[in-house]
Amino acid sequence: MTQVEPWVILSFCAIIFFIGFTGVLIRRNILIVLMCIELMLNAVNLTFVTFSKQLQHMGGQMSVFFVITVAAAESAVGLGLVIAMFRTLRSVDTDEIQLLRE
Amino acid sequence: MLALIPLFPLVGFLINGSWYAFGQAPAGCHKAGSKIPGAIATLFIFSSFIVSAFIFNQLLSMEPEHRFIEQVLFSWMKVGGFNLEMAFRVDSLSTLFTLVITGVGTLIHLYSIGYMSHDETPGKFFAYLNLFCFAMLMLVIGSSLPILFLGWEGVGLCSYLLIGYWYTDEEKAKAGKKAFVVNRVGDLGFLLGMFIIFWTFGTLDFTELKHGVEQAVHTGTLVADASVVTLICILLFVGCMGKSAQIPLYIWLPDAMAGPTPVSALIHAATMVTSGIYMVSRLNFFYALSPSALNVVATVGAFTAFFAATIAIAQRDIKKVLAYSTVSQLGYMFLGCGVGAFSAGVFHVITHAFFKALLFLGAGSVIHGMHEEQDIWKMGGLKSKMPKTFLTFAVGWIAICGLPPFSGFFSKDEILWQAFSSVHGSRVLWGLGAVTAVMTAFYMTRLFYLTFLGQPRFDEKKMVSHHAHHDDDHHGHDHGHSDHSVGVHESPWMMTLPLQVLALLSAVGGLMGIPHMSWLEHWLEPVIPGHEGAHGASLVGGVDPQMEWILMGVSVLGAILGIAVAFKLYRNLKGVEGLAQRFAPLHRALENKWYVDEIYEALIIKPLQGLAQVLWKCFDVGVIDRIVLSFGRVSAWTGQTVRLMQTGSIQVYALMLLVGLVATAGYFIYGWH
Repeated sequence: MTQVEPWVILSFCAIIFFIGFTGVLIRRNILIVLMCIELMLNAVNLTFVTFSKQLQHMGGQMSVFFVITVAAAESAVGLGLVIAMFRTLRSVDTDEIQLLRE
Repeated sequence: MLALIPLFPLVGFLINGSWYAFGQAPAGCHKAGSKIPGAIATLFIFSSFIVSAFIFNQLLSMEPEHRFIEQVLFSWMKVGGFNLEMAFRVDSLSTLFTLVITGVGTLIHLYSIGYMSHDETPGKFFAYLNLFCFAMLMLVIGSSLPILFLGWEGVGLCSYLLIGYWYTDEEKAKAGKKAFVVNRVGDLGFLLGMFIIFWTFGTLDFTELKHGVEQAVHTGTLVADASVVTLICILLFVGCMGKSAQIPLYIWLPDAMAGPTPVSALIHAATMVTSGIYMVSRLNFFYALSPSALNVVATVGAFTAFFAATIAIAQRDIKKVLAYSTVSQLGYMFLGCGVGAFSAGVFHVITHAFFKALLFLGAGSVIHGMHEEQDIWKMGGLKSKMPKTFLTFAVGWIAICGLPPFSGFFSKDEILWQAFSSVHGSRVLWGLGAVTAVMTAFYMTRLFYLTFLGQPRFDEKKMVSHHAHHDDDHHGHDHGHSDHSVGVHESPWMMTLPLQVLALLSAVGGLMGIPHMSWLEHWLEPVIPGHEGAHGASLVGGVDPQMEWILMGVSVLGAILGIAVAFKLYRNLKGVEGLAQRFAPLHRALENKWYVDEIYEALIIKPLQGLAQVLWKCFDVGVIDRIVLSFGRVSAWTGQTVRLMQTGSIQVYALMLLVGLVATAGYFIYGWH
């Protein structure tokens, strides 16, 4: 089995991260925004694992478990909020929920 | 024991003051005409008098070298090497002042009960009066300059409060303000003098200061007439100019007559205005070192005496005449101090306190009897209407004119003789003093004649109907029946008794200072050492001792001359008017007080006001206000602008987060070196 060069994986991670980030910035549907955040988190996870393997250190892999756990909790809370928001505002469009402005 | 002297009036002040301030007067104690606050105040000041007399008695039995009583209450402040104790010390000088203040004070308090019987707020009046006595007593028994200064400011405050006692009248409120501001000018000099004393000698306690000065002279570090001593003396004397109404700061005293008459008697004749003489006498060891400062004191005193006497000649208001007379007499006292005869100055303080308080209270009695009429041209012939006031006033009149054996003669003559014979004196000073004595006799006789003798120049019927109408408001139907309040009337016993006591004192008070066997001079020796040019040593100065008797005769003749001229002149009032018309410009100038107030207005007040206007408009509004306001404007503008970034959209915030993150990361990666 041939070894994949780490920079390839890292570049791949960076691309996924920025795809996710771009989604967060430009999409108007809050569900999509949440999914994009998921994408970013997983890109970070992949980076952690890569470095863990590269540096022969288990810390990176441990961090991944933490991130997965927190991400699960975050999705639960986030989706809960989205439902609550939809119930009050009848919308999931981020342009409509700018209540912090005033 | 010592602390009791000022403590009594303080307690009286607290009782009357808090009663007035907090108590919704229980059962009419503080409504108009109540006599209870007056009784309380009189009682406390009388207790103080008893203690003073007791202390005096104690001092009498002591050896002259150790004739003082000291009491340290507590340490007031301690800063570095400067330890200021709240301490009192009574010696032969202070005890005289405490006796005069509490004694004359008691009489005036008693008198005030009668005089202020129609007053709305007797509690407030007597609280102020007691507070004044407290401050004045602190002034004379304090053992160091700061405590003296404490009293000095205290009496200034009370003077302000009492001059403006009827503050609803704007004139009177303004007079109070004027007194306060003018005094402040003098106080600046006092403070500076005090600072320089501390800077030079490192202490402010009188005894330590005296030792320090003696030591410095002994070791030769301080030569006579050293500029620092002269500077100290003159700065302190500036303080005296303010408080004791000397040229150029005398202008507040005549205006101070806006206050109730007992106040004029107590504060502006008998006690407060003499505190300058007290300070100069207390610090005589300084002044003795500086002939040039003494010269200034004597010259200012002599000129003030002369100048004020000229103004007094043409005043119409009975209290104004007495006020200028007070200024003039204070000038005499400083003349005495200025020629090195401090005990003569103190002697005149005491006799003046007697006869001027008497004259003021007599004037108050006249004003009271005439229903607030103060113009002597509208009086006349009061001799028969107010016999007690007439007789006592006559005693005061003779005393101030300087006829023997009344008190004024002895003290005034002592000062004149010292001005002539002392090494610091001169013929000019004596001449000014002697001319002033003649003028004093003249204007006092004028006042006396116009008030009590001759034909009445007022319409009593008018006064009766006016007063009956006035009564009508209060008593409904029984107007005109209570005979004591109709027309011109003699005052109640509470007012005449103090007059009689003071008349007695004015008559015999001079006996404590008979030339050549002066008890007073001997008594004061521990504090005020005998000076050259005094009776015994006068031969040294090259002055013939016989001159003393000649000068005495001259001054008596002068007084008689002044009295005679005034009598002759004012018997024929039409002639007086003709005379006034012939010298119209002079008469107008005198009547308008030489236009001093107007000159001050033009030279000092107007420019200061102009400067204040300019500073206000240009600097305050233009610079300071602009700076402060621009702070506000800048923050408001910043807020308005930055607020635009707050869109409320999470995604915009996230973008900013990214920008910040990239910038920070960029800085750490590339910008570190």
